[in-house]
Amino acid sequence: MSLFDIFRKRTTAPVARDRLQVLLAHERSVIGKSDLIAILQEEILAVIAKHISVDRDAVQIKLDRGASFSTLEIDVEVPLNAKVAKPPTGAGVPASA
Amino acid sequence: MGKVLVVTSGKGGVGKTTSTAALGAALARGGENVVVIDFDVGLRNLDLVMGAERRVVFDLINVVQGDAKLAQALIRDKRIDTLSLLPASQTRDKDALTIEGVDKVIAELKEKFDWVICDSPAGIERGALLAMRNADLAVVVTNPEVSSVRDSDRIIGMLDSKTLRAEKGERIDKFLLVTRYDPQRAARNEMLKVDDVLEILSIPLLGIIPESEEVLKASNIGSPVTLNNPNSAPSKAYFDAARRLKGETVEVVVPMDRKGFMGRLFGRRVA
Repeated sequence: MSLFDIFRKRTTAPVARDRLQVLLAHERSVIGKSDLIAILQEEILAVIAKHISVDRDAVQIKLDRGASFSTLEIDVEVPLNAKVAKPPTGAGVPASA
Repeated sequence: MGKVLVVTSGKGGVGKTTSTAALGAALARGGENVVVIDFDVGLRNLDLVMGAERRVVFDLINVVQGDAKLAQALIRDKRIDTLSLLPASQTRDKDALTIEGVDKVIAELKEKFDWVICDSPAGIERGALLAMRNADLAVVVTNPEVSSVRDSDRIIGMLDSKTLRAEKGERIDKFLLVTRYDPQRAARNEMLKVDDVLEILSIPLLGIIPESEEVLKASNIGSPVTLNNPNSAPSKAYFDAARRLKGETVEVVVPMDRKGFMGRLFGRRVA
């Protein structure tokens, strides 16, 4: 500990705030995943799969709670060499939703 | 038709029961017809905090199971006749509460009272879910401290998904009540500020209850702090919160207990 440290005011509340913000951003994305999110993920994946072939992991869905509104974030990673998939038989109806 | 309010927090010991009693008494003093219900089966304490522990004959479970009529179990406050208590059972198992039974009791109470205030047990299990199930609005009690804020966040998520209103796709009004707040420590950056907690939890503020000796003094003698010492700092904050619950616009301030000269010199703070 240097002499400087003795005079430096070390505060703890900002640390608490930052830790909470990081932690809760993570927990909300994991625990907050309700059935609704799971269903949306499946159905969006099915719709995209009708047209291009993407990995299951390429579709990320996040629901964020805000003060006056909530946001639904849909993140679809389309590979550079995305191929147009053949329309499934029984056009338009996803095999499993 | 009365409103159902749940006082909840996730974490234990943050002031749910104290706040239930204080808000209930504050609303009742304002002329509203109020019933407070203890949902903490097996660990009931609302009766003790309200000074009615020796008057309990029948409880919530007796009513739910049909062993007693609601009117037999309700305890009318001796200080304010518009305030009633429905105690929890101290001996029975919490599984004795059924969803249908609770729904029926709440529906009956809504007919009789303007406010039905449910004091939730800590945790996120069955008891807490039953307490919030019928709520129209919720007061989330939070201490300016990391574990309490985290648990409140979890409870807010459950209010948005596990209540009857949420299941029907309706909104449940949620309000933040910050308790045990010390503005001086917050100013020194030793304690989370109310703005920090509000930013993290993103629900409107109902009130800020300052840390105060008056709260323990009141529970020692079995009286809601708003009745025991209505002019104390926490009481003023609870009265303001009660007015906001009724829809009035009241500016948020943090009332402080006045300390004498000696108190200021030698006053010690709980760390």
